[in-house]
Amino acid sequence: MIDALRRVVIGVGNPQRGDDAAGREVVVRLRNRLPPGVELIEEFGESAAILAHMEGARAAYLVDACASGVPPGTVHRFDVAASCLPRSLRACSTHGLGIAEAIELARALGTLPEHCILYAVEGESYGLGAPLSSTVRAAVSSLAEHLATELMQSRPG
Amino acid sequence: MATKTIKVDYLARVEGEGALKIVIHDGAIQSAELNIFEPPRFFEALLRGRAYTEAPDITARICGICPVAYQMSAVHAVENALGVEIIGPIRDLRRLLYCGEWIESHALHITLLHAPDFLGYESGIAMAREHGDAVRRGLMLKKAGNEIVAALAGREIHPVNVRVGGFYRAPRKRELAPLAERLERARDAALETVLWTAGFEFPDRERNYTFVALQHPEEYPFNEGRIVSSRGLDITAREYEANFEEMHVERSTALHSRLRGAGAYLTGPLARYNLNFARLSPIAQDAARAAGLGSSCANPYRSIVVRAIEVLYACDEALRIIERYEEPDTPAVPLEPRAATGYAATEAPRGLLYHRYRLDADGTIAEARIVPPTSQNQATIEEDLVSFVGGFLHLPRDTLRRRCEQTVRNHDPCISCSAHFLRLEVADR
Repeated sequence: MIDALRRVVIGVGNPQRGDDAAGREVVVRLRNRLPPGVELIEEFGESAAILAHMEGARAAYLVDACASGVPPGTVHRFDVAASCLPRSLRACSTHGLGIAEAIELARALGTLPEHCILYAVEGESYGLGAPLSSTVRAAVSSLAEHLATELMQSRPG
Repeated sequence: MATKTIKVDYLARVEGEGALKIVIHDGAIQSAELNIFEPPRFFEALLRGRAYTEAPDITARICGICPVAYQMSAVHAVENALGVEIIGPIRDLRRLLYCGEWIESHALHITLLHAPDFLGYESGIAMAREHGDAVRRGLMLKKAGNEIVAALAGREIHPVNVRVGGFYRAPRKRELAPLAERLERARDAALETVLWTAGFEFPDRERNYTFVALQHPEEYPFNEGRIVSSRGLDITAREYEANFEEMHVERSTALHSRLRGAGAYLTGPLARYNLNFARLSPIAQDAARAAGLGSSCANPYRSIVVRAIEVLYACDEALRIIERYEEPDTPAVPLEPRAATGYAATEAPRGLLYHRYRLDADGTIAEARIVPPTSQNQATIEEDLVSFVGGFLHLPRDTLRRRCEQTVRNHDPCISCSAHFLRLEVADR
C-alpha cells in the first residue's frame, strides 16, 4: 500500500572507502532538517534492502557514488521513474546487486515509487579508511542543500 | 548547483573488482583464476591498538552482507581469551541472531543471484518479470531474516547491540512474539523455496571434496563446535592455524587457504550439510528427502537446494528459540581484561570464519587475525572450474560464460562487500 506522505532519502555507500561514502554523507547532512514523513536511510548498497525501503513510499531519492570518468564532484541526476536506467549502468555482477538493480527490480515487481530520482556523485578516490576528498565533500554539501530545498518545496499536499 | 544528466559507464560500489580468468589451451582448460579483493586484511590492522570492547563494532563493518558472523566471531574469540563461556538465554539469543543472518543472506543468494542461472535469465531483474511470485517470496524471507537481526542487534546492517559478554539490552519476551508470527509464514515460504529449487535442472557433476565445518554434538552449527573435516580432522579453533595455512598464489594478490596435507577444501552450506545432516531438525530433514537429497551431496550445483534447506532450518530453529526464550537476569556477563590469546570459528552463511585476538593485560588488542570463508573456498572454486568447465566448452560463448559464473556462484563467494563486478576473461591459446 502506498503511503501518500512517506518519502525516503537513501544514501548508499561504504563508509570505509573514501568517496564511496558520498551518498551516506548527504543523508548525514540532511538529518534534523527535513519535514516529518521524510525518512533518512543509510545503506551499504545491497539491493533487497534498498528495495524494501522504497516499497510503499510515494517518492524516493537515492544518492550514490559513481565512477564514470567525468570530473570528480560532478553530480549526475536520473529520473528513474520516467525511464529505465541505461543498460550500461547495470552491473553484470556475480553477487553485488546494487542500487541500479534495486531500481529495476522494483520496476519489474511494480513497486517503484511514482517519483524516484537517483543522484550519483562522481568520486575521486576510494582508499581504505580514507575520508571524503575535498572535491567530493563540496559536492556532497551542495547536493544536500539542493535536496533539502527540493524536499521542502515538494511537500505532499 | 550544477546537475546534468549524462551516460555513466558504471555506477558502483567501487571497493574493488572480482575477476575471473579462464585459460583454454587446445580445447582444454589450462587454468582458472578467481581474484577477489579481501577487506579483512585492512581490518586486522585497524583492530590493533583498540580496546577489546570495540572489536564487535569494528568487525561488524567488514561486510554489509554478513556483519553478524564477523561480529560474533570476534566476540567469541575475545571471550575465549578472557576465559568466559556464555550459556543460557544469551547463548540462545546469539543462535537466533545467526538464524536471522543465514535467512537473509541465503534468501538473497538463492532468489536473486543463483536461481537466474538455473532458469536461464541474465539477471534477477529479468527473472522477476516472469517469476514475480518466487522473487516476492524470496524477498519476504529476506525481510524476515532482517527483522530478527534488527530485533536483536538494533540495526540490520552493522548490528550495534552486541557486546563482548552478551548484549547491551536483551529483548523482552513479548518483543519476540511478532517475530514468531512472521517466522511461521517464513518457514512455509522456505519449504516452498526448497521444493522450487529442487525442480531445477542440475548439471550432473560431483567432486570428492574435503568438507570442513563446525560440528556440535547436538546442534546444526552456527557459533560453537569443533572444526571437523570429511577426512577425519577434529580440532578446536585454537588449533586452526596449526592445521590450515594461507598461501600466496602466483599471478594473484589473494591468499588461498589450504588444509595442511590435504590441499584445497570446501566450507559453507554443502560442507555443513554433509558433516551435520543428522543435526538438522526433522522438518528440514524431511524437506531434504522431498527434494531428492540424501544425507550427503557432492554436486555443488545442488548447493542452491542445500541453502534453501538451511533457510528452512534457520526459520524452524528461530521459532524453537523464541518459543522457549526466558529473559536473562542480566544481558551480559561481567568481564575482566587479561593478557591472553583467544580463538573462535563460527559459521558465516557462506562458510567457516576464523578469528584470533591477542590481548594485552589492559584489554588492548595487540594482534588480530581474520580468515574469511571466501579465501578458504577460493582454491576449491578454481578447482571446480578446471574440473567442470572442460565439459562445457562446446557451449556457445555466452552460455559458457554463464555456466562459469554459475559454477562460481555455487559457493556464494563474498564479493559483495568488496566488489560488484565479475569480469570474465576467457583466453583461447
